[in-house]
Amino acid sequence: MLQARKNRLWKFFIILILSAGGISLILFSLNSKLDLFYTPSEMFEADIKPGYRIKLGGMVKTGSIIRNGTKIKFIATDFVKEVPVIFDGVPPDLFKEDSGVVVLGYFLDGMFEAEEIFAKHDENYMPPALSIEEKET
Amino acid sequence: MISAFIHKFSSPKSFVQITKTLYPLFIFTGLSMLIIGWTWGLLFAPPDAVQGNSYRIIFLHVPAVIFAELIYFFMALCALMHIVWRVKLAAYLIKSAAPIGAMITFIGLFSGSIWGIPTWGTWWQWDARITSTLILFIMYLGILTLHGSFSNLEKSDRLMSILVVIGVVNIPIIKKSVDWWSTLHQPASISVSGGSSIDPSMLYPLIISIIGLGFTLISLGILSSRSYILSREKNKKWVLKHV
Repeated sequence: MLQARKNRLWKFFIILILSAGGISLILFSLNSKLDLFYTPSEMFEADIKPGYRIKLGGMVKTGSIIRNGTKIKFIATDFVKEVPVIFDGVPPDLFKEDSGVVVLGYFLDGMFEAEEIFAKHDENYMPPALSIEEKET
Repeated sequence: MISAFIHKFSSPKSFVQITKTLYPLFIFTGLSMLIIGWTWGLLFAPPDAVQGNSYRIIFLHVPAVIFAELIYFFMALCALMHIVWRVKLAAYLIKSAAPIGAMITFIGLFSGSIWGIPTWGTWWQWDARITSTLILFIMYLGILTLHGSFSNLEKSDRLMSILVVIGVVNIPIIKKSVDWWSTLHQPASISVSGGSSIDPSMLYPLIISIIGLGFTLISLGILSSRSYILSREKNKKWVLKHV
């Protein structure tokens, strides 16, 4: 290989390493700040100031949804800690028991007041008939 | 040896000649597979157990975002060729691939937003997956803008290649974003090792759509790079003969 070409190959790798290194430093220092939401356990550990708007994500606990008009009460869980959530409005169609949920709002006096609800679905896709079979087994 | 190989297959002239015969084959394969994949996916594949019919936008969204990343990866390989071996053709290919990459990334973001409204209940969240894909879109635009901002085209080519290399770090970040951070976007359904959490009745039309879009985008790339090569090399003898 020509010397000039070798130097340019070095140049290529130096650009790549500097770029990767710089971006890794940024990502490591931001770390969990890049998470979209707190899990219930993380939220209790983080000791969030009251009146601070946050996102909380978890699973909707089985049988915990109580509807009263447009008002909805349910429990978000990460299977370690649980947070009761209240919401007034129309949730997305995919909001249901045993399914992922992300709520935006305030955690006050042991109760999460949600302003917005987003449904988080999983990566599985299957026809309805197969899904029923799977639940039975 | 590598150098000899690269120089043999990297002349703009032979690229224009080879792609001329490949183009009809690629565009025919691409469009026919897209028609088959999308007809199968939209009309004959079963609805999803959770999402019903709204999941069907997967047949546009997933192929689009796959190529949003692959086109950038291809541009990074070209940047290596251009920086180390000074292959002019590689720079021409980067310049011609970038608008196609920008377009398909936009389609990926836009179809994702449309999908998000009925399923997630929101069209945009600043989660790691969506934000890193937006950065990819901005990278494509930045590469084109940088290339257009110098009167010396050789200089434009060199700086563009460097910017492409800097930005390639974003590609593994997009790929791993759903594993490294909590996101509203679900984790990957298809893994590189071959596993899939999509039922075969939906996976086959999806794979056909992916291959179909791939060939269609290569055909678009051939069209745009051929015209760009001819305009850049317009003072060369072979171009005069070709036209």
